[in-house]
Amino acid sequence: MDKIVFTKPKLLNDTPMHYCPGCTHGIVHRLIAEALEELGDTDHVIGIAPVGCAVFAYNYFTCDMFQAAHGRAPSVATGVKRANPDSTVFVYQGDGDLASIGMAEIVHAATRGENMTVIFINNGIYGMTGGQMAPTTLPGQKTTTSQGGRNPLEHGNPIKICEMLSTLTGPAYIARTSVHDVKAVRNTREAIKKGFRMQREKKGFSLIEILSTCPTNFHMSPVAALEYVKTVGCEAYPLGVYKDVENGF
Amino acid sequence: MKQLLKGNEAVAEAAIAAGCRCFFGYPITPQNEIPEYMSWRMKEVGGHFVQAESEVSAINMVYGAGGAGARAMTSSSSPGVSLKQEGISYIAGAEVPCVIVNMMRAGPGLGGIQPSQSDYFQATKGGGHGDYRMLVYAPSSVQEAADLTYKAFFRADYYRNPVMILGDGMLGQMMEPAQIPEAVDVNSLPKKSWAAKGNNGGKQRVINSIFMNPDTLEAHNAHLTEKYEEMKKLDTMFEHYRTDDAEVVLVAYGIVARICKAAVDMLRESGIKAGLFRPITLFPFPYGEIAKLSDGAAKTFVSVELSCGQLIEDVKLGLFDSKNRPEVGIFARVGGNVMKPEDVAEYIKSGRITQSWIK
Ligand SMILES: Cc1ncc(C[n+]2csc(CCOP(=O)(O)OP(=O)(O)O)c2C)c(N)n1
Ligand code: SF4
Repeated sequence: MDKIVFTKPKLLNDTPMHYCPGCTHGIVHRLIAEALEELGDTDHVIGIAPVGCAVFAYNYFTCDMFQAAHGRAPSVATGVKRANPDSTVFVYQGDGDLASIGMAEIVHAATRGENMTVIFINNGIYGMTGGQMAPTTLPGQKTTTSQGGRNPLEHGNPIKICEMLSTLTGPAYIARTSVHDVKAVRNTREAIKKGFRMQREKKGFSLIEILSTCPTNFHMSPVAALEYVKTVGCEAYPLGVYKDVENGF
Repeated sequence: MKQLLKGNEAVAEAAIAAGCRCFFGYPITPQNEIPEYMSWRMKEVGGHFVQAESEVSAINMVYGAGGAGARAMTSSSSPGVSLKQEGISYIAGAEVPCVIVNMMRAGPGLGGIQPSQSDYFQATKGGGHGDYRMLVYAPSSVQEAADLTYKAFFRADYYRNPVMILGDGMLGQMMEPAQIPEAVDVNSLPKKSWAAKGNNGGKQRVINSIFMNPDTLEAHNAHLTEKYEEMKKLDTMFEHYRTDDAEVVLVAYGIVARICKAAVDMLRESGIKAGLFRPITLFPFPYGEIAKLSDGAAKTFVSVELSCGQLIEDVKLGLFDSKNRPEVGIFARVGGNVMKPEDVAEYIKSGRITQSWIK
């Protein structure tokens, strides 16, 4: 008897993604769709796309979507959620979007404990605008606006979002994962699923920071970019659960 | 039943009556009574109030709630409304209905907290980036503030466009008897099939303003422009006061129009045929009415405003095709000062009508 072992999640359509070869945005889109589907939570999903390479995320998801101004997705999601408290809302943001221009919005959505799930793509660089320095760019990392490598004395230091947000009382779940290999991808799916489940149980704000690649602007092959995230990325941004009210911290 | 209400409270309660169930604000004088009122009143009606971390955030919450189908509102005053401009541009681009209140205070910069009309250009000519317009209502009494706020929600939904209530510190703070329009049943409002509220696997709804193909964006711009043209036809509102035979027409809106009514009466008593023309919508601006007046008895038009020469530009545009070439002047107080009726009457009587507000 034939058995279907693999299908595309219903929440994704067949549109070819515009992401560069080896970019991990596409993997994370899929994980979001799979997580919601596994939870059976696909009817009232509303996604908020950022400004950044994922600006066109609504082209790939089949659920209702908003496209938000740069950094403002958590506020847009707050409005959506207040208007429709029973919907499932996900916010998708890059590191320029969330940790630079949108820092106020994410901190306050977190501290209010808005019942939403934020997927935070940390690729350490501004992808869409061509590889400029991001707030998460590591010391020594070369970007088009830190051409000799990021120098903390000149450019300041990287921001660690999970560590920072977990100091707040408001959030329910904050975790950092990665997508550099199969195991990491599985862990990320579980973390996303947990965030959505907690949202459905009205436990409050969840954020999953996902260490990601931008092979194009890292000037690396897709494989080398994954290796870079696995080694350098995971060392600078330790993976783990930073806050989990279900486990008492 | 009439109640004694502050302008700000009347705006807030009229919004509730119109079915507004999502309010997002940030404190700034002189509009604080609106968020304060909403903070307890929304609870009573099962709605939502959020004190946002900034005006930037508040307007984006409006974008979310409005885009998800709710009647949503935010209020602020000049510096805060500047911060909302990015969001207003997105809202206009994505065609999300909502109501934005600006109880203007004097500027530029932090300026002062006293009444002003110095955000006229910002409200009527775009304000944020890109090509867009809002329907702009300028109430001149507490009753009218309530009525126009109520109406604003219906027109916002009709056009899927932001609507602005442009008041000032004086209107917001003063108390007058006013009747709040009858409350709508929120559940009986027309359904918004375009709203993004979860599609049950059905057709996807996307609230966005990005169109990377120039032809697609041009078509979108054309569609928006058609809406603005329709507003000009359907929504232009104004009031004439003793303009029938008026040789001197004062043009003023909002609180200044009330001052001008008193000035008109004074001038009439001293034998000067004065009248007042009051635009109630500032966009669309009633240019045609000004043109009509200039075809009649009006020889002089004076823009009376709490800004350094903003309203006068639209008065002049209204007279662009005028064959009679009437005289145009301005009488303004700014910085938070408000003119008295006597000051306006004096200026007209002096006969020295100038085009600069500086004496
Ligand atoms: C207000 C505003 N400022 C700047 C930009 C330009 N801009 C577009 S995307 C982007 C950076 C996005 O980087 P990130 O959030 O890291 O996402 P990525 O592209 O790497 O996925 C910037 C600065 C904009 N669209 N709006
Ligand atoms: S620029 Fe970078 S982040 Fe953007 S799609 Fe390409 S690889 Fe991905």
